[in-house]
Amino acid sequence: MTARTETLIPKIGVITDVRQDTPDIKTFRVVTPDGVKAFDHRPGQCAMLSIPGVGEAMFSITSSPTNTEYMEFSIKKCGCVTEWLHQAEVGQQITIRGPYGNPFPVDDAFVGKNMLFIAGGVGLAPLRSVINYCRHYRDRYGKIDIVYGSRSKDDLLDYKEIIEEWSTDAGVNVHLTIDREQEGWDGHVGFVPNYVKELGFDTDKVAVLCGPPIMIKFTLQGLIELGFDKTQVYTTLELRMKCGVGKCGRCNVGAKYVCKDGPVFRCDELDELPSEY
Amino acid sequence: MRKCSIAKQDLIFLEIAKSKSLYMPVDTAEGKAKYQKWQPGKAYSNALTTVKSPKEFFFPQTEEMMSFKTAGKTIEIVDTRSETEDFVVFGVRACDAKSFDILDRVFLTDPVDSFYAARREHGVIVTMACTRPSETCFCGTFDIDAADPAGDVTTWKTEDSLYFRANTEKGEGFMASIESLTEECDCTAVEAQQAKTREIMKKLPLANVKADAFGGGKTKQYFDDPAWASLSESCLGCGTCTFVCPTCQCYDIKDFNTGRGVIRFRCWDSCMYSDFTLMAHGNNRNSQKERFRQRFMHKLVYYPENNDGIFGCVGCGRCLKGCPISMNIVKVMKTLGGDK
Repeated sequence: MTARTETLIPKIGVITDVRQDTPDIKTFRVVTPDGVKAFDHRPGQCAMLSIPGVGEAMFSITSSPTNTEYMEFSIKKCGCVTEWLHQAEVGQQITIRGPYGNPFPVDDAFVGKNMLFIAGGVGLAPLRSVINYCRHYRDRYGKIDIVYGSRSKDDLLDYKEIIEEWSTDAGVNVHLTIDREQEGWDGHVGFVPNYVKELGFDTDKVAVLCGPPIMIKFTLQGLIELGFDKTQVYTTLELRMKCGVGKCGRCNVGAKYVCKDGPVFRCDELDELPSEY
Repeated sequence: MRKCSIAKQDLIFLEIAKSKSLYMPVDTAEGKAKYQKWQPGKAYSNALTTVKSPKEFFFPQTEEMMSFKTAGKTIEIVDTRSETEDFVVFGVRACDAKSFDILDRVFLTDPVDSFYAARREHGVIVTMACTRPSETCFCGTFDIDAADPAGDVTTWKTEDSLYFRANTEKGEGFMASIESLTEECDCTAVEAQQAKTREIMKKLPLANVKADAFGGGKTKQYFDDPAWASLSESCLGCGTCTFVCPTCQCYDIKDFNTGRGVIRFRCWDSCMYSDFTLMAHGNNRNSQKERFRQRFMHKLVYYPENNDGIFGCVGCGRCLKGCPISMNIVKVMKTLGGDK
């Protein structure tokens, strides 16, 4: 049989660590059975994970490409595949294929810029890859601000890493917020879009947004009010996907396929697309 | 150009079938034409169109992609594909032949879909010129000449003869295999038939349907058109249009537990279905209006935008015949395009 370069046929991955991050989000560490990364990726790219008989779904790769040992996926329990993954134990094999989509322009448009990352809930998962990439190549970027909000303290993803690593980095400012007052929380309380406006950032930055669609919408509005131009703001979209290579026909927004032309879009590019995402 | 007498038609089929599987439209008991594998005794149907398009020779309605063996926590992926057979599809109409170009641009662009590519490589397309186009035909809208279809080999059938013209290297190979049954000839009879067919084409009820109002870059112009609501109002979301469409290429990938293991297969899907874009956290095309709009915007705006202005429709007319509420792309083009 002739050699085929396959895009739809996955590789085997092994879950080597499971971390319960929040009540409904777990972070899975995945390598091949040989103990290496299944493939290289760029920050913001995605991978298709599947469990035979359950289904296949697209997830953003939350670990940075600078992690040479393994890939990580932060996954919220909300559907068939994710529920199955949440009961999986260390040693469980899954299938993995990718990487898919366009990454954040970390090596061009972001270079030399002050960075503002804004995430809501599990929306931190795709941004963690970029944040850790920027932290790894710290001297390539200016000041880094991270605004992250969730429903409660317990729902903050990667809390330990944020507190112990991100917050202690020179030139990195972390601004956390939760939706409602909570015992044991003396930080900011309120929704992300309002918090961003309260913080009142200078516009000498590139902003990267990810979160629930409603959060993205209002945060973008807030940034515009602060004087940001849409060409300075990036986000990453998520729609249903089956193939990951722009052929199965379901993740399009207008003539663009999120899996192949996205998932990363600059907000002025989104203006060119119909509001069907 | 070469020809043989009609009396030799079955001898030609027999010769081809010696080395390759041969498929062609055959009349069914219900009075419809369907592609079937030819064997002595089966008669080639002169019907204008088949119920389903021949796209399934390259993009089958269902195909197994792989299977899995699971034991405890381990998984093994098994490549279950066998070698693709060499085959000939005979009697493909001009519209359907054009649909392969449209599908090629999806499946053969990087990253190449190896399942589709293997079939495309192994298949020879032999087209048949139309002589009696029907009232639902509008291939002319997309600059397709029903009297001169593409394909590896083009054939014309007159009252007494079958004419052949090879268009590709594969087609030359095909002609070589039937050389002893055919003889060199001039184009006079074919040209006469073509002139007649083109005259009929001009008089068809849909001869003047124009797609000029559509094309890439027109998303903003049409996406929010209020007419989508009335056009889609009666759509049942049955997906018939997508299943009979030669250019619809959306697919689903699913797993099935056979009881002895899990197989992963690909099957045709439809953007007209409510679960097509359904995710755990919501659906970005919640109403039938949005799904209906997606199908036509894809064919008339999105596809051309990504494919040098080529439309994702070939005017075969199957959706006109098949839709239970008589809604179709011609009505959509006429309504949105201004000819109301």
